[in-house]
Amino acid sequence: MPHTLALPKVLAPINGPIEADSRSEPTMSLSLDPTFRISLLETMMLIRAHEERLASLATPTSPGTCTAVGQEAAAAGVVRALQTRDRILTNHRSAGHLIARGADPGRVMAEVMGRSDGYCKGKSGSLHVSARELGVVLTSTIVGGELSLAPGVALAQKMGQQESGGITTVFFGDGAACEGIFHESVNLSVTWQLPVLYVCENNQWQAYVRRDETMPIEHVADWVRGHGIASRTVDGNDVEAVHAAAVEAVAAIRSNGKPYFLELTTYRQRGHFEPDDQAYVDKAELASWKAHDPIALLTERLTQAGVIAQGELAHLRQRVNATVDAALAFAQNSPWPDPRELTTDVYA
Amino acid sequence: MQTITVSDAVGQALAEEMRRDPRVLMFGEGVATKRHDLVAEFGTQRVRNTPLAEGIIAGTAAGAAAMGLRPVVDLLFAPFLTLSMDAIINSAGKLRYLSGGQFEFPMVVLTMTGAGWGVGAQHNHNLEAMFVHAPGLKVVMPSSAADFKGLMKAAIRDDNPVLFFMDLALAHVPGPVPEGEHLVSIGRAAVLREGRDVTLVSYAKTVGHCLQAAQALQEQGVSAEVIDLRTLKPIDEATVLASVRKTGRLIVVHEASRLCGVGAEVAAIVSEKAFGALTAPVMRLTGPDAPSASSWVLEQAGVPQADAIRDAALRLVNTETVAA
Ligand SMILES: Cc1ncc(C[n+]2csc(CCOP(=O)(O)OP(=O)(O)O)c2C)c(N)n1
Repeated sequence: MPHTLALPKVLAPINGPIEADSRSEPTMSLSLDPTFRISLLETMMLIRAHEERLASLATPTSPGTCTAVGQEAAAAGVVRALQTRDRILTNHRSAGHLIARGADPGRVMAEVMGRSDGYCKGKSGSLHVSARELGVVLTSTIVGGELSLAPGVALAQKMGQQESGGITTVFFGDGAACEGIFHESVNLSVTWQLPVLYVCENNQWQAYVRRDETMPIEHVADWVRGHGIASRTVDGNDVEAVHAAAVEAVAAIRSNGKPYFLELTTYRQRGHFEPDDQAYVDKAELASWKAHDPIALLTERLTQAGVIAQGELAHLRQRVNATVDAALAFAQNSPWPDPRELTTDVYA
Repeated sequence: MQTITVSDAVGQALAEEMRRDPRVLMFGEGVATKRHDLVAEFGTQRVRNTPLAEGIIAGTAAGAAAMGLRPVVDLLFAPFLTLSMDAIINSAGKLRYLSGGQFEFPMVVLTMTGAGWGVGAQHNHNLEAMFVHAPGLKVVMPSSAADFKGLMKAAIRDDNPVLFFMDLALAHVPGPVPEGEHLVSIGRAAVLREGRDVTLVSYAKTVGHCLQAAQALQEQGVSAEVIDLRTLKPIDEATVLASVRKTGRLIVVHEASRLCGVGAEVAAIVSEKAFGALTAPVMRLTGPDAPSASSWVLEQAGVPQADAIRDAALRLVNTETVAA
């Protein structure tokens, strides 16, 4: 039986003025309940275990995948600030966003492996996984493609398609922010006042190019400021800070109907596309980011605060590993698509 | 039967479909400025001006379509489509398939093309074949006011992305359009004139040139059948094949350049499936492999005209005589 996480719990929105364009950490006055904090940890652990398992399978002849190891706080922190009526667009590093949304890891894995029980019947593979039933629409692996689609999804929400009051969250990287479509997208969303949450996971890499080779500034937020959009830059490895910022952003969008830009500073700990020996990566830089790992950070914080005991932690690890074992077995047992599927689903 | 221009026929189709279905909306650069009547009736939520940013216009249409709206976007001149190709080809055309059929993209992309306005190559480029080549899209390029109306209505109701090309030179040409609901099925060619000796296959502006050529041929005792493809994808193979099986000769005529154009496809279909019926080689009359010039004379020289079509048909008929 494939494992499925419950859909994200919804926190009460925080009201009050939103400080636009803030570099500060969001206020941690948000007193998170211990169960929720532990569940954030578990979500991140599950994402990591899932992706590491997928990476371990990748060989030059079996399906590779783009992991987001090191970026789990973005997925868990943001997605769990959303409600079921909200929609998500993502990119080639989507597994974390999907799993945080409650996707069945077995079906995600089956999709990556090209099997018929995958969310897209094996037609997506690892790069464009979408799951309509979870509100995860239109995953694009054209860098910036998701930014192109986002205003339309939000426009449809604003014009009353599907559940009312929903917002669109679009995840993208610093590389996508270098595409012109990023500015077209933000400009249109601001002009038409569309309920879009732009989440830039600034992970310092653009495939095999260091971000500082292509961006003369540190923060994408410095670019969007000119578009007149509320924005905030947050430590993207601190899941509680990310979550608090996302909750505030979502509340702001719901109350004023305008888009919001959230930049999460983080680091891609594994290669661009598995397998990848990362020979091009500065070892010291990688080590310093690993020392600021999002899972280690929260584990440490919860342990120190006595929120979680060692026994419970071990139990979480066991549970997560069992889930991933089951997911892999499910994916491997899933049949290959019938070759007749080659030309189905092209036209409605 | 009313007599209205192609442009008014499209306007009628838009208004009727927006009236019929609240999910239909339209946006583009200056759409709300130019279509006063639509703004007056449907408001600025459903008729919108956009920034000058073709990529995001098309991408927004694809996103909105996936969520259940039925957008019509006006991208003005066909060369501007190259700025929106990612959204049209990689998103709207592919994401239904890649998602295993989870999403549909009921959107229409309206654009103008063709010689007749002297605007030069960056405003005039017959790009239709590029979209025929992309899976997941449909491509429509009518020639008469009635077909513009009927096909626009069908395109808006279609659950797939439809590229709708309007030949600029046809925009102000009046024609009879049936009163009331008038729909033309996507994917059906029209036999505009029956004939026995040669089949002339075309679409858009050059359909008129084929009809003129057929008239001239009749005066010389040659009976030409004229087929208007109307839809380039899906293409109506059956109508073309039936005609060639009857006449034994085929000329395909279009303004777009020859290499990998629609004419190449029609020729290939016929040689694969009706080779035995051919009594002469298939001919293509097309625009040159050159950007279109703005000089009126050069621009017209790039479009196959009636005289050239007539002469080609006479040559084909004689080829057979010579061969026999
Ligand atoms: C339009 C386009 N150009 C190039 C690529 C190849 N490519 C895939 S992912 C990627 C890096 C994107 O960087 P970023 O947006 O920062 O996301 P990250 O991979 O860091 O998560 C590139 C260049 C692509 N998929 N699409």
